[in-house]
Amino acid sequence: MSRFLLPLAVFALLVAVLAMGIRHAPEKGVIPSPLIGRPAPQFALPDLADAAHIVDSHSLAGHWYLFNVWGTWCVECRAEHDTLLEVRKAGVVPLVGLDWKDNDSDAREWLEQLGDPYQVVAVDHNGRAAIDWGVYGAPETFLVNPQGIVVYKYVGPLTHDVWTHDILPLVPGHPVAGS
Amino acid sequence: MLPELGHFALILALLLAALQAFFGIAGPWLGRERWIAAVTPAVAGQFVMVALAAGCLVAAFVGYDFSVAYVADNSNSALPLFYRVTALWGAHEGSLLLWILLLAAWTVAVAFGAARLPRHFAARVLGVLGVVSFGFLLFTLATSNPFLRLDPPAADGADLNPILQDPALAVHPPILYTGYVGFAVAFAFACAAMLEGRMDQSWARWTRPWTTVAWAFLTCGIALGSFWAYYELGWGGFWFWDPVENASFMPWLVGTALVHSLAVTDKRGLFKSWTLLLAILAFSLSMLGTFLVRSGVLVSVHSFAADPKRGVFILAFLIVLVGGALTLYAWRAPRLRSTAGFELGARESFLLFNNVLLVIAAATVFAGTLAPLISDALRLGTLSVGAPYFNPTFMVSMLPLLALLSLGIHAGWKRGRLKDKQRTLLRTLLAAAVLGCAVAFGIFAGARVLTPVGLTLGIWIILASLVDPIDRWRRRLSLPRAVLGMTIAHVGLGLAVIALTTVQSFTVERDVALAAGASAEVGGYQFRFEGVHPIEGPNYGGAGARVAVTRGGAPVAILTPEKRQYWVQRQLTSVTSIRMSRGNNLLVALGDDLGGGGRWSLRIQIRPLVSLIWLAAFVMALGGVLAASDRRYRALRAAEAATAHAAGPAVQGS
Repeated sequence: MSRFLLPLAVFALLVAVLAMGIRHAPEKGVIPSPLIGRPAPQFALPDLADAAHIVDSHSLAGHWYLFNVWGTWCVECRAEHDTLLEVRKAGVVPLVGLDWKDNDSDAREWLEQLGDPYQVVAVDHNGRAAIDWGVYGAPETFLVNPQGIVVYKYVGPLTHDVWTHDILPLVPGHPVAGS
Repeated sequence: MLPELGHFALILALLLAALQAFFGIAGPWLGRERWIAAVTPAVAGQFVMVALAAGCLVAAFVGYDFSVAYVADNSNSALPLFYRVTALWGAHEGSLLLWILLLAAWTVAVAFGAARLPRHFAARVLGVLGVVSFGFLLFTLATSNPFLRLDPPAADGADLNPILQDPALAVHPPILYTGYVGFAVAFAFACAAMLEGRMDQSWARWTRPWTTVAWAFLTCGIALGSFWAYYELGWGGFWFWDPVENASFMPWLVGTALVHSLAVTDKRGLFKSWTLLLAILAFSLSMLGTFLVRSGVLVSVHSFAADPKRGVFILAFLIVLVGGALTLYAWRAPRLRSTAGFELGARESFLLFNNVLLVIAAATVFAGTLAPLISDALRLGTLSVGAPYFNPTFMVSMLPLLALLSLGIHAGWKRGRLKDKQRTLLRTLLAAAVLGCAVAFGIFAGARVLTPVGLTLGIWIILASLVDPIDRWRRRLSLPRAVLGMTIAHVGLGLAVIALTTVQSFTVERDVALAAGASAEVGGYQFRFEGVHPIEGPNYGGAGARVAVTRGGAPVAILTPEKRQYWVQRQLTSVTSIRMSRGNNLLVALGDDLGGGGRWSLRIQIRPLVSLIWLAAFVMALGGVLAASDRRYRALRAAEAATAHAAGPAVQGS
């Protein structure tokens, strides 16, 4: 009798492992990035507001910032825009935008119409900087700490829940100077 | 309106599946003939409803109905018609619907075939299939409804994932799922036998053709997936031991064992409980694959959007179905007795080795696939298991299997004497060894240790398989399809072993950076990069390159790899260009623009005989289909059914 019970016992063990696996399953949208725990990629790109001005990643060092990859062609970016405005209003961490493979005048028009949540927007016409950041597809959002280390990455439109539950707890509570 | 109709049809299908399951299992249990009579109409009705639902979703895709969330997520106004239809299974929800549709179709086929089976047994088989179908329908309706509407509707769709816009991948899921679903039939036969408490040789004979056909489909499905990965993903490999690939490979290994163990049960009435267990395992592993791919517990290059909620549902379903079947097994299997015995060298022993080795192979793949999950669950940190683990461990069980195959097919049943075959076998082995070494050291230089071994085994399998058919042909004896099918399938395996050995041993890979007009020499071929020009397709743009290949000054081929950017998803995909030359597969993939006057990176690979891997898989599948169509299943099935039916009341209620 006992040897015929063996398959059932093995199966029970497997179920236990799978059940634990589900409990630890990564939440939808969180693709582990090799960047997490590593220094954020360097870049020096034109400013959307003034093409003559260069947004340099060195100037961002020293405080927390949220790096948000977007484009006017991206439907999901429109969906997350309200959350971005909420982030701006909270004033806890500044938003640095990366306008990815986009048309500058379209992008400026978009920000005028929908409101501008960004402290500064860098323009990445050929997508080179996005490749450095390992972007799968817009929108994507990275949280970078004052030491310039990427501590969190989110793929897909940012939602209120992700902002309050996942990102805010990672940032020390005081508003950052200059935001 | 149509999406709501489809949703409604799916709900009706769920109810019909519940009726099919209840009447099919409870009817024979309580001896209610009228309940049993209701099973087949429920099967037919369910198929009609599921087909209607699938039709509605296809109509929504073809008619650009972007108010349906699933259509908006997986299609676009610029997507060609062919891919608008195949987009049905382009993501989680729709592919589940496809699964259910194929299951319903198989069930209808079983219901037709079951006309020849004992009534009670047939009802139980259909009842168990009803349970499976009910679970999947409930799963779809509760967690993954493909008919959900968007409010407001999307202006345009987000497009089908570009890497799925490919003919091979468009047909890969239906064929693969047909294989998975086919194992559900073997599972249902096993459960029905255990519910009945009776299992004899005629049971094995009924189950064999279904299992073999399912196995053939799974073989084709895996080969298509591998072929697609080879030319579409642009990495140039044909197998990555990825969790999703393993999820289809484990049922295949166990299914192969099942096909062979069914042969023993059919011919000799042995291995009964073992065969039952394999039938349960093959389908359980298919289900486990579904779980791994869709629950997000494992990270893979081609898993579906993960949702732990779905994982919980599938796990619960797995517990009911597999737990139930294994409980039934623990209860019923001890009663099965095999009285016949066999000698050590008899064919039964070889098939036992075959089964044990295949199950060990499946277990090693299983361990490697689940290791990251286990280490994660026990908080031992993230672990990644790849080819360095899988290749050697898999070989450990495969090499003896291949070596024993040629002996096994010539061993007689029951008695372990090769008699006059001994000499022929020795000759074929010698011929194979000479040929294998000649290829390894003669045609190709610098072989590895396992190269001559692999080639010898592959060639030996082919030669040894052909001995018997040639002998029959010379003596003008008839060649039954079962024997012919087995021979073809084994020849296919031999071809696969030869192809895998040469590919693993003699592949040349190089990444080069070339300016327009420059050349590179790889493996005796000159690759001249002639530059890049813009290309435009229906829903993508990009760059196309021309690479002229010559060998010793003589032109061989013009390769045209592309790099496409799909407009909507902004995803870059690489379209490799592949040409055959003297049995070699020349592959060029276009890398990145390196700037500086048209310098591009190119990946060049030369893989000898790689196409033979997929060809061999189709040969194996063809053998399976031929064997399943043997007359003895049809003729004997009718005869067996008649006697079993006459004896029906005597064995009932056990």
